[in-house]
Amino acid sequence: MTDQVGANEAAAAQVCSFLQRRREQIAQRWADASLFRTVFTLSREEAVEACKAVVDALADVALSGRPEDIAAPAFGTVRDQLGRMAASRARAGFTPAQISEEVAALRAPVVELLRGEFTDSSEATAQEGVLALTVLMGSLRLVVMETALSAGEELIARQRLQLLEVATPVIKLWEGIVAVPLIGTLDSARSQVVMESLLEAIVAQRAQYAILDITGVPTVDSLVAQHLMKTVAAARLMGAECIVSGIRPAIAQTIVHLGIDLGTILTRAGLADALAYALAQQGIEVSAHRMARASTR
Amino acid sequence: MPASRDVTAARVAIGSDTDLAWVRQQVRQAAAGLGFSLVQQTKLITAASELARNTLIHGGGGYMEITPCPQGTAPGLRLSFVDSGPGIRNVEQAMADGYTSGGGLGLGLSGAKRLVHEFLLDTCPGRGTTVTITAWATVVPSARPEAT
Repeated sequence: MTDQVGANEAAAAQVCSFLQRRREQIAQRWADASLFRTVFTLSREEAVEACKAVVDALADVALSGRPEDIAAPAFGTVRDQLGRMAASRARAGFTPAQISEEVAALRAPVVELLRGEFTDSSEATAQEGVLALTVLMGSLRLVVMETALSAGEELIARQRLQLLEVATPVIKLWEGIVAVPLIGTLDSARSQVVMESLLEAIVAQRAQYAILDITGVPTVDSLVAQHLMKTVAAARLMGAECIVSGIRPAIAQTIVHLGIDLGTILTRAGLADALAYALAQQGIEVSAHRMARASTR
Repeated sequence: MPASRDVTAARVAIGSDTDLAWVRQQVRQAAAGLGFSLVQQTKLITAASELARNTLIHGGGGYMEITPCPQGTAPGLRLSFVDSGPGIRNVEQAMADGYTSGGGLGLGLSGAKRLVHEFLLDTCPGRGTTVTITAWATVVPSARPEAT
């Protein structure tokens, strides 16, 4: 057992010194591999530099004695670079499997070089060395894929947050009248944001009328209806009257069949009707210009 | 040759809130592909939304199965919502308007039943619940025969 560990460590140390010694040659070979060549298109020197950084990181990982550890701190130095490379390949339309294949293709040239080192030593030592290098290259492949995937997840989470913010503007339509055009799915998180921003706007604008327009909400089920009712109730507590507008015929029929009682809520077919109602309640009359009336006389 | 797009049987996992949106989209696509009218689509999607949420909240997750189910010339869609949660102990109570055990309006099951043509509830305490709904795209017959 301890012999095995000792042999592994010896092999790892061997791989490390090999990587350091042949750094230049490996980098030159990798720079021709499709992964580096297509990402670093500006100059070959740039590609070679990037390859050297990866070789250095691999040597450090080998030195740590744990070539299978994808969380090794040494990988941290090239993680950004690897992530950018994977992202660039993904943008070029490559599937994760294809990117993984490209990283795997880096193994062959290094193994070939390493084998050349062992021409005069025993087969067993050579095997150990190649095995350690293979494990190391496998870790590199995992690191690239992990970096690429976590970048994607991060992006999705960020976009979800952005959507939450972007999708709920409160618009001042008139003195004392605010409106929220709701778009998309109204789940619990979204409706919480809508309620908060609406209540804040009611205070800030000293609004007496708040219009919730649901033209852009594709489905109104009992949960969405409940969210709407709660928002209306909260606005009412703040002293504002709420009008729900934009109820399409299909939605209206569905609400009735579903058995939701929206009787306590003031509703209008369109946003314009809701605005007209709110204006009328404030004693504001919308009429055609006097000049226009004069001409029709 | 049918004018509608081919709709094949599919299974959609229900495990999170975002899956509910996916369920609605899948049902919308299938119903639109089969030639359901806008009102019929909206009704079916709303029913699916209610039942999928039940599967998630009360059943602890499960899946939905979409199967095309034509009746004569009318295209139809059958949706099964399957979970292996605690089941429903008192079906009569659960089907009653306004009864809720989850803090909602209590209209999910009863409302969904009113929105579709066929509604089948199969439950066993401790062994999960399967709700199957079916709707057909009814073609409205013309009010009077066309003058010849």
